[in-house]
Amino acid sequence: MRSGAWKYWALSAASLLGGGSAWAAPHDGGIDFQAPVTETAKHIHAFHNEVLIIIVAISIFVTALLIWVMVRYNKRANPVPKKFSHNTLVEILWTVIPVLILVWIAKGSFPLLYEQDVLPEQAKEEEIVDIKVYGNMWFWDYTYNVGTDNEFNVESRMLKVGAPDPSLELKPARGDIAQLSVNNPMVAPVGKYIRLKISAKDVIHAWAMPQFMLKVDAMPGRLNQLWFKVDEPGVFYGQCSELCGKDHSNMPIELRIVTEQQYVEWQRLFKESPEAARAYLDQVRPRPAQIASAQ
Amino acid sequence: MSSEPKTAAGHGHDHGHGHGHDHAHDHHDPKWYSPSRWLFSTNHKDIGTLYLMFAMCAGIIGFVFSGFMRAELAEPGLQLFNGTAFGGFFGSEHNYNVITTMHGLIMIFFMVMPALIGGFGNWFVPLMIGAPDMAMPRMNNISFWLLPVSFFLLLLSMFVPGPAGANGFGGGWVLYPPLSGTTGHPGLAMDLVIFSLHLAGMSSILGAINFIVTILNMRAPGMTLHKMPLFAWSVLITAFLLVLALPVLAGALTMLLTDRNFGSKFFEVSGGGDPVLFQHLFWFFGHPEVYIMILPGFGIVSHVISTFSRKPIFGYLAMAYAMVAIGFIGFIVWAHHMYTVGMDVDTQAYFVAATMVIAVPTGVKIFSWIATMWGGSIEFKVPMLWAIGFIFLFTLGGVTGVVLANAGVDHALHDTYYVVAHFHYVLSLGAVFTLFCGWYYWFEKMWGIKYNGFIGGLHFWLMFVGSNLIFFPQHFLGLQGMPRRYVDYAVAFREWHHWSTIGYWIAAAATIVFFIGILEAVVRRRKATESGNPWGEGATTLEWTLSSPPPFHQYNDLPRFK
Repeated sequence: MRSGAWKYWALSAASLLGGGSAWAAPHDGGIDFQAPVTETAKHIHAFHNEVLIIIVAISIFVTALLIWVMVRYNKRANPVPKKFSHNTLVEILWTVIPVLILVWIAKGSFPLLYEQDVLPEQAKEEEIVDIKVYGNMWFWDYTYNVGTDNEFNVESRMLKVGAPDPSLELKPARGDIAQLSVNNPMVAPVGKYIRLKISAKDVIHAWAMPQFMLKVDAMPGRLNQLWFKVDEPGVFYGQCSELCGKDHSNMPIELRIVTEQQYVEWQRLFKESPEAARAYLDQVRPRPAQIASAQ
Repeated sequence: MSSEPKTAAGHGHDHGHGHGHDHAHDHHDPKWYSPSRWLFSTNHKDIGTLYLMFAMCAGIIGFVFSGFMRAELAEPGLQLFNGTAFGGFFGSEHNYNVITTMHGLIMIFFMVMPALIGGFGNWFVPLMIGAPDMAMPRMNNISFWLLPVSFFLLLLSMFVPGPAGANGFGGGWVLYPPLSGTTGHPGLAMDLVIFSLHLAGMSSILGAINFIVTILNMRAPGMTLHKMPLFAWSVLITAFLLVLALPVLAGALTMLLTDRNFGSKFFEVSGGGDPVLFQHLFWFFGHPEVYIMILPGFGIVSHVISTFSRKPIFGYLAMAYAMVAIGFIGFIVWAHHMYTVGMDVDTQAYFVAATMVIAVPTGVKIFSWIATMWGGSIEFKVPMLWAIGFIFLFTLGGVTGVVLANAGVDHALHDTYYVVAHFHYVLSLGAVFTLFCGWYYWFEKMWGIKYNGFIGGLHFWLMFVGSNLIFFPQHFLGLQGMPRRYVDYAVAFREWHHWSTIGYWIAAAATIVFFIGILEAVVRRRKATESGNPWGEGATTLEWTLSSPPPFHQYNDLPRFK
């Protein structure tokens, strides 16, 4: 009931009409997707907007028909009902036209599905970075440099106010966001094809990244795969998206996309001290300020 | 028609037509307060009434549960499920999951299905097809009485151990293992849920067999399938869906039960099993299930639209076969609920294509309803308000279904509030609106008294505004990435959650008005229209030829249908 609602509405509508919104991370009162980041996500966003126009048009059309019959054919306006109950032409039309619309939607939909799902063939071996992701009750863990001497594992847990472990204390002053920020974010280099191998150690979880329009279940006994390529460094948030028990809402995903050198340096630091690695990340890739000051 | 052995032959009344039921008690109704009338009832109208009363009770519980959720989500942070609020009454975050799970199961298995199929189906299928009763009246009795037992087991599950250190099953209505297995819920709660759903499933299968046999064998002379009222069509198709889908659920549940208790490894990874197998089995049931919930409503809305437009239904055969098509396609689209499990991309592509096809017969129905009104002479009586409201809301829920059908987009929206908004538009605002539509349409026919039009209208408008305010903002939340089944969320999602909760309170007011409407009608006892047909020439089906309420046994002389 706060008057602010309409301000957000106007802002969101403006950003929707403007094509690309400036919002990274969810924002209060938002009515659109979070700003898409990867090429594929941008394509899906554009496709969704096209379908959105179609479905809004259909909804308005049906509503207009309903209003028309209510006005024109109510008892007062039309005391004597007509008796027809067939009209072959309109019946064919309202079967064929929806089919055509659906075919048009499918035409855009299938290529996107394959673009999103299949790692592009032009990706060279040295451009691919594999990271293994495990879902646990109730945190994520990430394994880097899988299968090399340099392999190491990072546990990523949500920060919260009054956490028993001081290293998990939420500190809004440094830009921590409740329910989204973690102690050890996932880190990946910019400009590479990041290939995630995803599984779970107990029950089903789901790794999701709204700004990449990606989501896949972390399924015990299976190794699912996702790929993405981000061209600008940044901080991105996702949340577990398959009900996994009591703390389902407390296992977010925080992803820092950094430069290649920063990625290497972070790895070196992490093995010395996770705290130092964390401080390094906050220094080279801090969270955008506008998120922290929202509300 | 068979007649039962005459136990009191001397009192039997045979009208000489050779098809009368020769019961001694034929001509005086048992008293309403006699427990044996309800416990041992074989009368389709009494059993229908039982179903409706049962669905109302279950509906109140399910609705209160959704109130707990909306109260929790009104603000970020933990309001209710924090272990201390109201003396710890609501328990911890786990209990929030229990409440969402129970809300889903109750609304599906104990509210919508009993009301639409058991309630209106029992009441009006025999009346509409000109049959004296259901084909198997005793089976009808057991179909109903399994339900309260089933419901008791479900409610009981909330008070026995589930996961370590907590009570109840909180794994969602989809019951996915390993969360529903011994890994996630080692306690007895999940076993009780399994037993409960087994019983509910048996109840539905028995009921469905009864409907199929009744509709195929007991239509009045002259009523071919292609002249049968659309509500009977819708229940016939629903019954086939039930008979084909529920055994699959029963199989999956039994496998889960043996996994949990007897060391089988169907879904257990450590033993070579596969949790995705459960999801395939579940959704092979689960997708037809959503059509099971909406098809009877389609039938009701068709009659109401036709009655209050005073015009025959437009494209009757297309309407009937659109439902057949929806029922059939409903069996081949199940994995669109599973786009994110890691399915092969070609498999996903197939399910995208199959799913979008459903929009075509659904569109045929929407446009045919509007064409029925076109050229009509529409009276905006209370049932008609609900029917028109239904068309509008079902369209909105349908078009977001087309968005979700696209796997590429669904990878972003899967398990977010967008999905919650979508299926509540088609079910909570779709199926439930048809329920109220049928309730007001047949109120006078069932109870022999008139409802108050003003209260009925108020109920509709409050519900329309309230439920839209609950669910429309949830589209925005979903697009923004708010995941489902979250007890707590980032402050950035606060705005629309807040509005959604306000909507809930309006819907709660509507529900109170609904019950006030019943009370008012019971107290005032306005006499039903003498002819038995309050709606005039537009109401053409056979139930309107009977008195209101209909006699305890109707059609001793079978109606001839032209």
